[in-house]
Amino acid sequence: MTLTRKPRPTAGRASAAPLAALALLAAGIGVVIVSGATGTVDVTVAESFKIVAGHLLPNLPWMSDGSLTPLQDQAVWQFRLPRTLLAGVAGAGLALAGALMQALVRNPLAEPYLLGVSAGAGVGAVAVITLGAAAVGLTLSGAAFAGALGAAVAVYLLARQGGVVAPTRLILSGVALGSLLSAVTSYLTITTEAQNVFSILFFLLGSVAAATWTQLAVPAAALAIVLVFARLRSRSLNALQVGDETATALGVDVNRFRSQLLVACALLTGAVVAVSGGIGFVGLVVPHISRIAVGADHRRMLPVAVLGGAVFLMAADLAARTVAAPTEIPIGIVTAAVGAPFFLWLMRRGRASGAGMHR
Amino acid sequence: MRQEPMDLVVDDLVIELGGRRIVDQVSLEVEPGRRLALLGPNGSGKSTLLRGLYRLHRPASGAVRVGGDDLWRLGARAAAQRIAVVAQESAAEHDLTAFQVAMLGRVPHQRGFGADSPADLAAAEAALDRVGALDLADRPFAVLSGGEKQRVLLARAITQDCPVLVLDEPTNHLDVTFQLELMQIVADLGLTTVAALHDLNLAAEYCDAVAVLQDGRLVATGDPGTVLTGDLIAEVFAVRADRIPHPATGRPHFALSPLKTPTTERNP
Repeated sequence: MTLTRKPRPTAGRASAAPLAALALLAAGIGVVIVSGATGTVDVTVAESFKIVAGHLLPNLPWMSDGSLTPLQDQAVWQFRLPRTLLAGVAGAGLALAGALMQALVRNPLAEPYLLGVSAGAGVGAVAVITLGAAAVGLTLSGAAFAGALGAAVAVYLLARQGGVVAPTRLILSGVALGSLLSAVTSYLTITTEAQNVFSILFFLLGSVAAATWTQLAVPAAALAIVLVFARLRSRSLNALQVGDETATALGVDVNRFRSQLLVACALLTGAVVAVSGGIGFVGLVVPHISRIAVGADHRRMLPVAVLGGAVFLMAADLAARTVAAPTEIPIGIVTAAVGAPFFLWLMRRGRASGAGMHR
Repeated sequence: MRQEPMDLVVDDLVIELGGRRIVDQVSLEVEPGRRLALLGPNGSGKSTLLRGLYRLHRPASGAVRVGGDDLWRLGARAAAQRIAVVAQESAAEHDLTAFQVAMLGRVPHQRGFGADSPADLAAAEAALDRVGALDLADRPFAVLSGGEKQRVLLARAITQDCPVLVLDEPTNHLDVTFQLELMQIVADLGLTTVAALHDLNLAAEYCDAVAVLQDGRLVATGDPGTVLTGDLIAEVFAVRADRIPHPATGRPHFALSPLKTPTTERNP
């Protein structure tokens, strides 16, 4: 077969990524609108769409003709939309951080919380819940963020030896310090008054219930910055996942790059965990699903993982609000309960073995 | 697109790992387009010396110059535009396809968000074709056989389009057919080449010069025909080597057998 007659070897896979991204974008908009129409105040899907569009675009007639009540507008725009978007930002951020962690330690079990970030955030948040914000001197989000970054810095310093951060040392330091911090959290939980335990569990399992527009700003900014960085360095990520030696030979300054990635992961995960708690599973599994769908090239995989994480967590939040209404389930329970079977089913399908699940 | 070959100079290079001196004051020079075989028993420092050529180990003293420029002054990216590597690293637990692995060769040349240019894709495709691995392009790299992987890794180095090529025991685990094929492909590339080899005959057949390492030191360097004497091979490798002219090519060929020493001769 001659070169000219053979189709470009990547052609088949290349077209899957834009298609997947478009489908996810459409699904994401759909979930936002349906979320806006879900809750105790009656709002139809059409009304939800009108309210969202009316706030985004100027001078739409239905915003001033009295067809929508102020209560409906407030429910959708002030309560439902921020929480749905926070779920989206958290899902996107955790999926992105997970994908970066998996590449930088070259381990399929890696996830955003590997750096002890969630355990550190847990200590910060639980300290505020049990001791009070005044005693700690920080808000719950502030303390969680400080705990997350403190843990990440400690893990990084513990893993560093002779200026080199080896993946295995990083994993072991993260696991060890995470256990230590979890023990602190457990101690604070078991010794506090019973009324606090519910708040603690809600934080540890993750929740976006109390989201406001202002809370969105920090994680959204962190997501945007890390996403641009990751997209600019996607080729280096591809080289790094093959091995340190190969990446070096391909002109990647591996030590510096790994440190930059760790900082990016810690900031992004810390910013997300501080406002939404320790939502599990998204950061581990969405990157794998994205790889199965569009291959391991980070230039295609990262956008799909980011959009997939956003849609998955927004849908999970919708389920968390509705399946046991009027009671809300912590979103982390939904992500694991729905995500685990789906992932296992996907992993066992034939396609996955073509995408690297053969090891 | 093909770059002009550059010369490679190793100047009094010392590499220390964990406080131990692994490469000890080695000086070498490879002229543009020439091929040098690095020989020596296991643990003689071949791989470490090669790693010094692609910036994995920073020298304790001495320097590596490529095209007249110090490797460590050039920076990681510029160095990777001059030296392509087929290393021994085998921890290939990733999900890239063979084509994507070959495309990694373009990493030192690309910047920004952009997609791969048609020229980049064509370079990887031509390289895979050159090593006889174009039909493997869409297969996951991890499921390929040892020989197929080596073809793809060589294709990646060709795709990198550098004037200098470094190979660390490239014929390990390959069947004899592909050993010869690989060495011929490398010879045809016409690049300045440094290859660590275990097979003395491949070195004598395909390389312009050999450098023999023992305990991190350079013990001999020069034309394979003059350097590789029976005495030197006996001293460095502790085997007997009878040199005969290759019946087909006339190049030096070594028939190896165990070195007879008093300890191996038991009571009659």
